Amino acid sequence: MPKSETINIVIAGLGGQGVLKASDILSDTVFRAGFDVKKSEIHGMSQRGGSVSSDVRFGRKVFSPMVPSGQADFLVVLAQSQVEVARPMLKSAGALIEPGMLDEGRLTNKKSLNVALLGALARHLDLADNLWHAAIQAALPEKLHAVNLQAFAIGKTP
Amino acid sequence: MSQQQAQGRQLSSGNQAVALAALHAGVKLGTGYPGTPSTEILEAFDALGGPAQWAPNEKVALEVGIGAAFSGARALVTMKHVGLNVAADPLFTVAYTGVGGGLVIVSADDPGMASSQNEQDNRRFAVAAGLPMLEPADSQEAYDFTLRAFELSERWHIPVLLRMTTRVCHSATILQMPGYPVPPIQAANFVRDVPGRVMIPAYARPAHKRLRAKLAEIAAWNDSQGPNLVVEGRPNLGIITSGIAFQHVREAVPEARVLKLGLSYPFPAEAMRRFAASVGRCLIVEEGDPFLYEAARTLGIEAENKPEMYRFGELNVERVRRIVAGDMSPEPAAPAGKPPELCPGCPHRNVFEALRDLDCIVTGDIGCYTLGVLPPFSAMDTCVCMGAAIGVGLGLRHTLPPEQARRVVSVIGDSTFVHSGITGLVEMVYNPPPTGHVLIILDNGTTAMTGLQEHPGTGRRLNHEATGKVDFGALAGAIGIKNVRVFDPILESEKIPDIVREALAKNELSLIIARRPCLLAAGAIKVREKANAKE
Repeated sequence: MPKSETINIVIAGLGGQGVLKASDILSDTVFRAGFDVKKSEIHGMSQRGGSVSSDVRFGRKVFSPMVPSGQADFLVVLAQSQVEVARPMLKSAGALIEPGMLDEGRLTNKKSLNVALLGALARHLDLADNLWHAAIQAALPEKLHAVNLQAFAIGKTP
Repeated sequence: MSQQQAQGRQLSSGNQAVALAALHAGVKLGTGYPGTPSTEILEAFDALGGPAQWAPNEKVALEVGIGAAFSGARALVTMKHVGLNVAADPLFTVAYTGVGGGLVIVSADDPGMASSQNEQDNRRFAVAAGLPMLEPADSQEAYDFTLRAFELSERWHIPVLLRMTTRVCHSATILQMPGYPVPPIQAANFVRDVPGRVMIPAYARPAHKRLRAKLAEIAAWNDSQGPNLVVEGRPNLGIITSGIAFQHVREAVPEARVLKLGLSYPFPAEAMRRFAASVGRCLIVEEGDPFLYEAARTLGIEAENKPEMYRFGELNVERVRRIVAGDMSPEPAAPAGKPPELCPGCPHRNVFEALRDLDCIVTGDIGCYTLGVLPPFSAMDTCVCMGAAIGVGLGLRHTLPPEQARRVVSVIGDSTFVHSGITGLVEMVYNPPPTGHVLIILDNGTTAMTGLQEHPGTGRRLNHEATGKVDFGALAGAIGIKNVRVFDPILESEKIPDIVREALAKNELSLIIARRPCLLAAGAIKVREKANAKE
């Protein structure tokens, strides 16, 4: 990925699914890779089971923290019901990453779906695995490291 | 003591950046009341080891902050935009008294109302109260401007507003250290200054003149040395902007010449005039009210305002492009997402089901439980501001025909009750309606909506250590509420309709406390109660 362009990623889902945790991990990974990065999200009432989304933008220099509508290179959706809600964010040539792309049965803990879908996203991004692993470990308590690293690997290797 | 500023870069939210700056500034007291999008500032300050505490409400927080600043220490007071309304009384007069140590007041605005009841533009408070105001545009500026705010506050002995917005508070951006240098810290020490701090009219009159003189000095300083930035560009289009709007402008029209105001009040009049004269078209791009636009016009600057339709909601890159193009065509509607709802198993659910089935007229309040307004409950008729459930309920009771008045129930959460419900309860005792009144406190043992913060009714401080606990039932009894009933809305759910029906039939004042910990907090509450019991 050339350093001059800005990559736009939107992560969407429902409150409680780990959308914000996933965007924390993603933004930390690209930060560790040396990019300028901005992550934006909404807290508060919307987190009570409603639609939640978080924007991550990275590149050489990022200004606005919000992904413009229809400009997402990648749209990661954690809840199948939210795909159509979030789809307008995606570029026509952008890639949609959704739960149906994974065999969820392979996940030891269903709560790590967010990290598994980051694994699926990682297939498209030229970021070293060790950066992802470090960001996952930094974002989660130690007892959840193994299950989430495994979930990431499941998402990364189809 | 000031901490050493760390080196290197980190990814930080605006809120975390303010907390880090407060730590480096040696802030002796951080206080506030939780409110989206400001809540994480004090939590992060506590996590960094700073002295942080929750106040019952923003007015008390600001008063405590004023006392700390009178001592010569640095104080940080945080709140959301509507919280500054609650704190407005001390705010307007501390502008007169001024301060010894630095006093920085964070107002976190919520344009677009992601989690608020209005989208008021608190830049107006800077003008109304006469306080300098800094507006950071990212986390680096949130850090740097917090330190600048302490510096300005101590140089001119004046409180400083740090006005943030959702996308500055909750966006993570890169923070490069060391940032703005930490201004030297003075020790706390009481220095008597009666005419300066006792605002009887005889002392307040000269204090007002002192305030205006300070603002004139700061305006002159802002013109020549203020933290304002000119980005060079083609002179045919010049944009004056501030805060997050600056980021959208840089992306939407990279070719434009830009004046970004960092200290947006008192206005840097000469800098604005010079800039406007240097460009062909001068456009003001700001989120919310036409604050800079009105200032520019008052200063006699020929500037163009954004079309009125862009006053509503947040700005973003697309909207700034439309503003620049003068495009007033209808904007595409965002697809409707899933609305928020009370969690499955939430103890509030059973209470709202009963209120719905009894066809009560429900005056509601601010918190998760405001979601009782939505189906399947549809059990809320009013929600105005923190604490209003009680006053609005009483007003309805006083004026409705008796058969309707008897259906009115006020519903408030535990944290909201402490925030501004207690004075409503006093009103209930002092001016009881002929039909009596029924107040239900939904006591889930936490400030749930903003992310499970402690409050004076939980018996634990911000850092979860045990402290004094306000007993709502005993308080109500002490001020003269005859009927106080406490029950568990999950274990005793089948009794709820009878409990409410009986209270409504009495023509007396009743307090019903529905007490059951929030599902999201229950586990942590148990752990904390155990830990605190051991000590």
